[in-house]
Amino acid sequence: MTLRPRRVISAIGARARAPVTGLFAALCMLAAVAFAYALTFPPLTGRVVDDAGILDPATKEALERKLADFEAKTTGQFVVVTLKSLQGTSIEDYGYQLGRHWGIGQKDKNSGVLLIVAPNERKVRIEVGYGLEGDLTDAVSKLIIENAILPRFKAGDYAGGITRGVDDIIQVLTVDPEEWKQRAQQRSDHRPPSVDLIIFALLLFVFFYVWRRMSRQNRAYPPGSRRGGWSGPIVVPGSWGGGSSGSSWSGSGGGFSGGGGSFGGGGASGSW
Amino acid sequence: MPRLVQAIRFARTPVLLLALGLLVSGCGINTIPTLEEQAKAKWSDVQNQYQRRADLIPNLVETVKGYATQEREVLTQVIEARARATQVKVDASTVTDPNKFKEYQDAQNALTGALGRLLVTVERYPDLKSNQNFLALQSQLEGTENRIAVARRDYIEAVRAYNTELKTVPGVFWASTLYRSYKPMESFTTTPENQRAPTVKF
Repeated sequence: MTLRPRRVISAIGARARAPVTGLFAALCMLAAVAFAYALTFPPLTGRVVDDAGILDPATKEALERKLADFEAKTTGQFVVVTLKSLQGTSIEDYGYQLGRHWGIGQKDKNSGVLLIVAPNERKVRIEVGYGLEGDLTDAVSKLIIENAILPRFKAGDYAGGITRGVDDIIQVLTVDPEEWKQRAQQRSDHRPPSVDLIIFALLLFVFFYVWRRMSRQNRAYPPGSRRGGWSGPIVVPGSWGGGSSGSSWSGSGGGFSGGGGSFGGGGASGSW
Repeated sequence: MPRLVQAIRFARTPVLLLALGLLVSGCGINTIPTLEEQAKAKWSDVQNQYQRRADLIPNLVETVKGYATQEREVLTQVIEARARATQVKVDASTVTDPNKFKEYQDAQNALTGALGRLLVTVERYPDLKSNQNFLALQSQLEGTENRIAVARRDYIEAVRAYNTELKTVPGVFWASTLYRSYKPMESFTTTPENQRAPTVKF
């Protein structure tokens, strides 16, 4: 009598165990499939990841400096990577997954660019983040690959091709598109850029002058609320500094990391 | 002391509600709608990219026409396939209705096939291949095809997560009680034509 309920329970247990085991086995299989499909990516060691080992230290350093400079000047993030192997997939497939894996570009802007070179497969690709697809279009990317990169790669000059490609991409991304059009139209009689700089400096000067006077007035008028008058000048430079340096998302203290940007397959590829 | 008791009594209802809310959200009550929204967003990405491709085609056809007049048949196929693909009506039920989804997918696949044949044909015209306008269009088309592939894969992944949630614990409990109207979504299948490499004739 006392044994019966226990036997029932164990019978239920046995019946319930079969589907659970099945589910577990299915999960294991799924994990195995996912593992087999997953690509492996080189670690993001810096702005130039030379996994294939085709760049000499001097070129690498020069590139690093250019890319860091670009990152400081704009909201974009640009990484050059050479790959030992594409692991059996296409460079388009590998490229966007690598970009997402590293999270190149600012998270809210998706402003990442990758220049990917796979020397063993003789493939090159410019992978453009969602946010920059409007500036660095597929057609422009293709032109850079065809005109700047491939001729040098065909001659076996990897360092030269990559350097020219990086220069051209940075140029496209730092020059305002309107300015490009103007430059194309009137190459002969363009205004020297120093005029714009002088105007900008003048405006900046006027702005600071007015601002300082206003903050001084604020301080003078309400004697009780000195702090209130000061809070403006304290807050404003803070937010300025963050915006212009952009150090909030890239590890500025030595280590380098992606900002969490995403990629959707923009850009162009070529082979030689 | 009595004041404290009163305060506790007063705060009891909201605290209990909060605790219940936390408990329930911990059980994944929000997971199904969240995953569905994600899958829907990926679906609109897919549609956007297909639309972008359809927008590129008239220009491409015009450019090719100027150089390869005798390829009328291939050009007509592309135009017709584009017309059919843009005529497929897409609404909210497309992603859950297998027939409608298949219709959409088949139309887009037919256009992919026609475009592929056109680009193979074009290889025979060196003048066209060196035309700057055509090169720009071709790189845009390549980029769009690549974006379509990425968008499709993201959609497949999002749908997989959503459909799995509907069928596994604890999602299956919510699906059978609160979210009875949430149906599994359809996903893309890779066709044999997609996997076959394009044949090049000389």
